Amino acid sequence: MAKRQYSFYPGCSSQKGASSSNYLVSVQTMCEELDVQLNEIPDWNCCAASIGYAGGGELPRLTLSARNIALSEQHNANQDIVATCAACWLSTREAAERLHEDQSLLAECNTALAEAGLKLKNVTPIKHMAEVLVEDIGYETIAAKVKKPLSGIKIAGYVGCQTNRPFGIAGESYENPRYLDKLVEALGGDALTGYEKKVQCCGGALAFSEPAKSQEMVKGIIEAAYDHGADLIVTPCPVCQMNVEVYQDEINATYGTQFKMPVVYYSNLMAVAFGRSAKEAALNAQIIPAKALDDLAAK
Amino acid sequence: MSDLNTAMVERYRTNFLKEVEANVEEGEWVKMCMQCGVCSGSCPLGKFWAHPPQEIFMMIRAGKREEVLSSDAMWMCTSCYNCIVRCPRELPITHIMHGLATYAKRLGLVPQNQPTARFAQMFWDNLMKKGRVNELKLGLALYFMNGFGEGVKTALKKQKLGMNMMKTGRMNPMEILGGHAVKDLSGFQKVIQKAQDLEDARIAQHGARQGA
Repeated sequence: MAKRQYSFYPGCSSQKGASSSNYLVSVQTMCEELDVQLNEIPDWNCCAASIGYAGGGELPRLTLSARNIALSEQHNANQDIVATCAACWLSTREAAERLHEDQSLLAECNTALAEAGLKLKNVTPIKHMAEVLVEDIGYETIAAKVKKPLSGIKIAGYVGCQTNRPFGIAGESYENPRYLDKLVEALGGDALTGYEKKVQCCGGALAFSEPAKSQEMVKGIIEAAYDHGADLIVTPCPVCQMNVEVYQDEINATYGTQFKMPVVYYSNLMAVAFGRSAKEAALNAQIIPAKALDDLAAK
Repeated sequence: MSDLNTAMVERYRTNFLKEVEANVEEGEWVKMCMQCGVCSGSCPLGKFWAHPPQEIFMMIRAGKREEVLSSDAMWMCTSCYNCIVRCPRELPITHIMHGLATYAKRLGLVPQNQPTARFAQMFWDNLMKKGRVNELKLGLALYFMNGFGEGVKTALKKQKLGMNMMKTGRMNPMEILGGHAVKDLSGFQKVIQKAQDLEDARIAQHGARQGA
């Protein structure tokens, strides 16, 4: 089968030595197995995420994304852009839509881009990796690649906010999206479909500026996973992953809980289910080890 | 008060709604709000907002300029987009909240020491330096946001978290020496500076057109 090619926007947190570098490693492994080729957008920049608005304002923020799209259109022409980070995807797609609707903003944006000899055509579809998996590749093809089913592993699918709203995955509801559960089932795992905190906000960037408020929400997200007997939580978003995994010590100290819930990416699950090693699945980057996956990868 | 704020007060004296429509991202949607309150009930941090979105919309129409722009309400937005997908009239509420926050900042009306406002500015300054976010420097800047003494305390409290991130390869102490960057940094900075200038000029013009 010919490889599917995408113009890839990896995003700041995926870089070497950054907080979701493990996401990138596992995505690369996953893509090898799925015959997907990711062509990085040359010289991409930060999208400003969902917190850059205050420093930048509307036009500078949209122009950040416009630069990435313009570079993609120049170097990876005719390839859909795919992002693995929810915020990267959201910012890029939002910018493309806003600049499509507002011609005067587009004109200003192109005036700015001309400073570096760039021009935005704005004709490129912008996808999240979850859309590539669900819509372009499909559950059946994914299931057919499974060598080590995640049998007996109970998994809470935490979709979070920005992979789900405002764009989401076609055919899925905002209030009860099922694609993560379906993905888990395609991998032979035990999807906890009744996990009620699947679209609860973790606080996003406010985990840094309003930690107490954010951690109160994260507590609920983890507690519900325990209530359902989860072995681990899976998410498609680097901010969700970080916020739900790394503050568990602090939450335990505040609330007297004893949380030790692993939080992984769908790509960690897929790399293991496709028979790849723990290292290739980036399981070594878990602060809270995902024992069930480590054991399976070692088999 | 900033000069721009004074100019805007003069320019829109009797009509705060018009000021919002002209100067706030997606502000032209405000008058479409039908006051159902679904946004306020959907907000994950709703209980912390001095004025939830529905109330903010009503206050804008009632001309409560000072109360809205100097409120810390919109700084509570986590960008979860619940309000956007649930609004029966499809108002881009998240963007309007971001827009109000940005506009308040532009006019110098943000409450002092509002933590999210300060973090948001740090994030922007951080990404503008190299074109990509340097997580290590951003984290350290955040710890030391309230002075050196507080910073040392916070850093000590976060020591285990930091060690965990480093041990797993998800934080790199060498990033302090420069770190990841876009190659065409001068081109990048020129582009964003131009965008900034164009937006500043557009909004300054609104303030200047008195009686227009």
